[in-house]
Amino acid sequence: MSERAFKTLDANEAVAWVAYALNEVIAIYPITPATPMGEWADQWAAAGVKNLLGTVPAVVEMQSEGGAAGAIHGALQTGALATTFTASQGLLLMLPNMFKIAGELTPFVMHVAARSLAAQALSIFGDHSDVMAARMTGFAMLCSASVQEAQDFALIAQAATLESRIPFLHFFDGFRTSHEIAKIETLDEDALRAMLDEQRIAEHRARALSPDHPVLRGTAQNPDVYFQARETVNPFYAACPQIVQRMMDRFARVTGRQYRLVEYHGAPDADRVTVLMGSACETAHETVDFLVARGQKVGVLKVRLYRPFDVRAFMAAMPETVRSIAVLDRTKEPGAAGEPLYLDCVNAAHESGRGGVRIVGGRYGLSSKEVTPAMLKAVFDNLAQPEPRNHFTVGIRDDVCGTSLDCDDAFTVEPDDVFRAVFYGLGADGTVGANKDSIKIIGENTGHYAQGYFVYDSKKSGSMTVSHLRFGPRSIRSAYLILRANFIGCHQSLFLERFDVLERAAPGATLLLNTSTPLDRVWERLPESMQRGIIEKGLRLFVIDANAVARASGMVGRINTIMQVCFFSVSGVLPHEEAIAAIKGSIRKTYGKKGEAIVQMNLAAVDETLSHLYEVEVPTTVGSDVALRPAVAKEAPPFVRDVLGAMIGGRGDLLPVSALPCDGTYPTDTARWEKRNLAAAVPVWDADICIQCMKCAMVCPHSVIRGKAYEPALLTGAPGTFKFHDARLPEWNGLKFTLQVAVEDCTGCAICVDVCPVRNKSEARLRAINMQPQPPLRESERANWDFFCAIPDMDRRHISTEHVRQQQVQRPLFEFSGACAGCGETPYLKLLSQLFGDRLLVANATGCSSIYGGNLPTTPWAKDANGRGPAWSNSLFEDNAEFGLGFRVSLDKQREFAAELLQRLAPQLGGEIASQILTARQQDEADIFDQRERVAELKRQLAPLDDPVARRLLPLADTLVRKSVWIVGGDGWAYDIGFGGLDHVLASGRNVKVLVLDTEVYSNTGGQMSKSTPRAAVAKFAAGGKRVAKKDLGLMAMTYGHVYVAAVAMGARDEHTLRAFIEAESYDGPALIIAYSHCIAHGIDLTTGMQNQKAAVQCGQWLLYRHDPRRTERGENPLQLDSGAPHKPVRDYLRLENRFRMLEHSHPDEVAALHEQAQHDADARFALYQYLAARPAAATKP
Amino acid sequence: MNLTTNYLGLKLRTPLVPSSSPLSEDIDNLKRMEDAGAAAVVLHSLFEEQVRHETHTLHHHLTHGTESYAEALTYFPEAGEFTFRPERYVAHLAKAKAALGIPIIASLNCTSFGSWTAVSKDLEKAGADAIELNIYSIPTDPDIGTEEIETNYVTIVAAVKAQVKIPVAVKLGPFFTNFAHFARRLDLQRVDGLVLFNRFYQPDISLESLEVAPTILLSAPMETRLPLRWIAILHGRIRASLAATSGIHRGTDALKMLMVGADVTMLCSVLLRRGIPQIAVIEQEMREWMEQHEYQSVEQLKGSLSQKNCPDPAAFERALYMRALAIDRTILPSP
Repeated sequence: MSERAFKTLDANEAVAWVAYALNEVIAIYPITPATPMGEWADQWAAAGVKNLLGTVPAVVEMQSEGGAAGAIHGALQTGALATTFTASQGLLLMLPNMFKIAGELTPFVMHVAARSLAAQALSIFGDHSDVMAARMTGFAMLCSASVQEAQDFALIAQAATLESRIPFLHFFDGFRTSHEIAKIETLDEDALRAMLDEQRIAEHRARALSPDHPVLRGTAQNPDVYFQARETVNPFYAACPQIVQRMMDRFARVTGRQYRLVEYHGAPDADRVTVLMGSACETAHETVDFLVARGQKVGVLKVRLYRPFDVRAFMAAMPETVRSIAVLDRTKEPGAAGEPLYLDCVNAAHESGRGGVRIVGGRYGLSSKEVTPAMLKAVFDNLAQPEPRNHFTVGIRDDVCGTSLDCDDAFTVEPDDVFRAVFYGLGADGTVGANKDSIKIIGENTGHYAQGYFVYDSKKSGSMTVSHLRFGPRSIRSAYLILRANFIGCHQSLFLERFDVLERAAPGATLLLNTSTPLDRVWERLPESMQRGIIEKGLRLFVIDANAVARASGMVGRINTIMQVCFFSVSGVLPHEEAIAAIKGSIRKTYGKKGEAIVQMNLAAVDETLSHLYEVEVPTTVGSDVALRPAVAKEAPPFVRDVLGAMIGGRGDLLPVSALPCDGTYPTDTARWEKRNLAAAVPVWDADICIQCMKCAMVCPHSVIRGKAYEPALLTGAPGTFKFHDARLPEWNGLKFTLQVAVEDCTGCAICVDVCPVRNKSEARLRAINMQPQPPLRESERANWDFFCAIPDMDRRHISTEHVRQQQVQRPLFEFSGACAGCGETPYLKLLSQLFGDRLLVANATGCSSIYGGNLPTTPWAKDANGRGPAWSNSLFEDNAEFGLGFRVSLDKQREFAAELLQRLAPQLGGEIASQILTARQQDEADIFDQRERVAELKRQLAPLDDPVARRLLPLADTLVRKSVWIVGGDGWAYDIGFGGLDHVLASGRNVKVLVLDTEVYSNTGGQMSKSTPRAAVAKFAAGGKRVAKKDLGLMAMTYGHVYVAAVAMGARDEHTLRAFIEAESYDGPALIIAYSHCIAHGIDLTTGMQNQKAAVQCGQWLLYRHDPRRTERGENPLQLDSGAPHKPVRDYLRLENRFRMLEHSHPDEVAALHEQAQHDADARFALYQYLAARPAAATKP
Repeated sequence: MNLTTNYLGLKLRTPLVPSSSPLSEDIDNLKRMEDAGAAAVVLHSLFEEQVRHETHTLHHHLTHGTESYAEALTYFPEAGEFTFRPERYVAHLAKAKAALGIPIIASLNCTSFGSWTAVSKDLEKAGADAIELNIYSIPTDPDIGTEEIETNYVTIVAAVKAQVKIPVAVKLGPFFTNFAHFARRLDLQRVDGLVLFNRFYQPDISLESLEVAPTILLSAPMETRLPLRWIAILHGRIRASLAATSGIHRGTDALKMLMVGADVTMLCSVLLRRGIPQIAVIEQEMREWMEQHEYQSVEQLKGSLSQKNCPDPAAFERALYMRALAIDRTILPSP
């Protein structure tokens, strides 16, 4: 048996390591929460790490999971050992190949971080919906319940697949297991070798396709033999469970850890048993121990091998004494007689002649819904009822169908010898990283077991993280969030007025608070409810001004190391000296490769910390004027206030089923109620020097800067601090102008200041808009914002959209999104919403834009004063172009039908209304306004008509007003996974507009290379810098001839962007706008992101152009190259961004050659475009 | 004709040495310098601020936005090892050393000693024949006095000297209360050479953008006057070698510097403006002048017009100023 060695890591890393060691070809595609497995594999391959067989696996990133599955299928067919990692929608895309791989009896293991499927909504979180959709593929399905098991089963699955020839789907719970950090016993190479039978590998290779011994596979079969051929595999499936058990037994001999296909734990004479799979098994195990110790006859049956389902093993594991069974499924199959595991269990009992046992089924834990001991107890309590409820739910309150079991929330089984700590941090402050480090310090420096689980926000700016850490003397089975913490760390005092941070504090716990409030005023600045909680629970309170210590140490904003030192000091989980030494050792290990300066900065922070840490004497009475802020204002619409407000306030788990829409439909115009007050500093307008160019409003990623011109009389009643100035535009002579900032919605990115062209003549550091601290401005600017909003919008018919300074007074119908502060994508969406929002339908590909656009609780898509605004939907990642085309075809058909009906009704309608509607031009705002008036009149005339044609026309009448369909997505969608569909949609000639928010990388999943990634850029899956040039999507589209194509970069020329949007919209055919979007994944300061855009254009790395097929009709060349000749070397631009610069640090010897090639790419592309744009018009005709 | 000279204990074929500039970032340029007759070369500088900025920037961008959002816990791949400027600089030096036969002087530009210890040793190990410390300090804190500023320089020099056995020169600006006194302090620390003077890049402002615009102005021959005076004053009074830099564009500029006491003359702007082959042109000009004026060697003329050796020592002091003013009056237009 191997010597025991421990490591602290998450399941993704543990599984990836085993899979990497045992395979030669790894085809990957990013999808949460499986992405890190592929990233690990790529990273190891890039570092030249060899697998068990002594070779570096080939890791290939594909364009989709469908592509990855195809590549895997091919690799397996030709004799390689191959693997992949996926989840959710990715698994669905792999299904067709999975049937093939299984049908061909191919040894293969895929690893799945199980995740919800998109139904009424997408969810990135964990349940078994995806793997259950794969249960008829013919794959064996092996389920791990913990990080330890995930590592071990990855190996067992590989051994079993080679032995059985049945491919395996090894799965574990997304996030709960995939991202949980735990101390586990690791597998060494000897253990891997002991499990791997090289003879079986040779047999696999012998079956491979080879012209040296050719065979034919993948035939088409006819009714005469397909059925029989399908039955040929039965013996392999029949043998599979025993093979898996044999491998588990072999594994036990190698490692000492014995597993069984189905494992029972609990009272030997149990009368009530619950059956389940995945991480909840661990919680059930813990709960059963607690209940059995108190005399209850209960147990848990953990299903490891779900397919092939071994009835004999299942029933053998079930105690004879069992009278009732509750089968828990972490999935939902609407309309089924029961969920899958339940039905399998019913069938097993029936076929085994134990039909007398009562079996009920229930659903739990969808989308990482918590599964606590209290819920498991409720399941056992239900079984104890004379008539247990069947088809129940647990963990929610179902007030619609009454399926839910009641839980005793006070019930807890957590042992006292497990130390439990909860930390509230901001995404940017390093809290999670520090906690991961602390877990490793304790896990690797003590005999204690450790567990860490992290809860993240769905916002990309100002997001809160909650870390749950457990340390204890035994392996930790608590697969749920900490309910009673011994230690609470609140790393940002701004949470105090937004959340109840003591909610999870156990009596006598310690509270550590980071605050800049002076020590003698800390207590009075705590909300009264918190003071009461501290007194009633008897908490000790420690405070530190970590930001001050960080500043003094040069670590502005990063308080991770400081708070980590405080945690160890206050909690006492390690002796003080030992803890400090371990932290310093960890700093050297973590930061050593980033340079001595970083190490020294962190070490200095460690040394500085303790002298700034104080304990506050807790008074016996409360007294504070600080109150918890309501999540949304009380005047919000009821649904926003009561439902979305609960989600915003962190109480979404308490919402009953009835509170939620049944079909996934939510109101828009809701982000404005979520006042996040994120920004420490906000822009302040200097009305006197502002030239009212509106560039600041144009680039504002969160639409918090607004301008309006209005009649002076409207200033009546303005708050005293409300700013205004005479409008400077000649067309607005006599009007007043105000530039107003929504300070409570601002993220403080300061990109507005960076683009302001004005300098204060007396103090040149100041511009016409300048950042100032937000708190002193909050109240006055809130009143100013409300007053500003009450000023009527300018009549859209009178706004010239040709120039930014006028166009930007159009009201944005995309505001206050959850995008990163300084996001480069959102200004384009805002512009789109301003220009066409009142008639806009958006088909949005999955990605950043679907998350900041459509992730609950609120949406930035808004409505105008008339209640009109963008209608938005997300279908999938891969099908977005087709989805949008569907919008267009549907709208066109309905409009056509409406026109047909209108023509038939024309004689009955008054005047010329029918012909006016049918012949309306609808090109500009005035046209559309008039058409809306006409259609409103039509509807008035139709309403009283008792005519079937009129009744048919009435619900279609609004389709007679122009509707604009925009298909929006990122480069991962447009260049990779959705390219086939996009190409088809553009080729269709239909009037759809496509906006590609091109960040040149998969931003939402953390910076993986796409085909848009430029040469020499470092990205995940291109750790050594991308070796091939960026795909020229625009050029491809132009080859059709009939597609309007533009490449824009707002930071380079904002009016060019504006013109392209207007031209695209006005073109009666397909249009494609490729919009350069700077991104956090570029490794840049987002404040100056627009400068990066400009630099990219100046060096020719990004070209500005417009290809307008209408020009051909006018005898002109359709292509206009709008960029001048590059006048800076590409290298100057590359040096601005960490994605390029990083190569100098990681691959210094290859930088020069790659940069030279990048320059060549830019030169060659400019020359080509110059040539294309200069051709005589006649030569450009398709 | 013997142009050999001795600088920092290095015997050089001529006194013409390209000084630290971006030209030396390219090995091919270094080879061209050698081919054009450079007697030694000072590599481009490794800037303390750049090193610090580089590590902080990389760290910032690798951590910024991480561990915040569940789908994107990081944005960049983890690199196994990072190399930073010092490592790249050392590697460049080693390559240069392998490619060239002339001495190579590494250049460290710093305001504090910081982490240069290891770098100095690495440079020595990689084959540097000497190190030039370019101590570029613009004191702006009104609470810091002369003594503290000068002591900082001395400390840096002493610390580097303690780390390496190869010669260490220091490149300085002229802005010291009593430069001669300060030069002697450094000399007492056994600094091997003084390079006079550093041309601090002075900021400009843009009237259009209303921003400070850091444009680089190349030197002009008139800038030789300042180093000329101080080299003349220091020659023979301190043990350290003296290198003249700033405004040396022609053979006659170099000869003047040598005659007031410089051991070598450094070339920079002239090479940026006219190209590396200009080294050969300057050498030829020197040879021609020396031939015409019947000088046999550089050693013969070196220091011949220093303050110590010149016929009118006061001319290098305030008296020259008075005389210069008098001359100026003669060129004023008549009222």
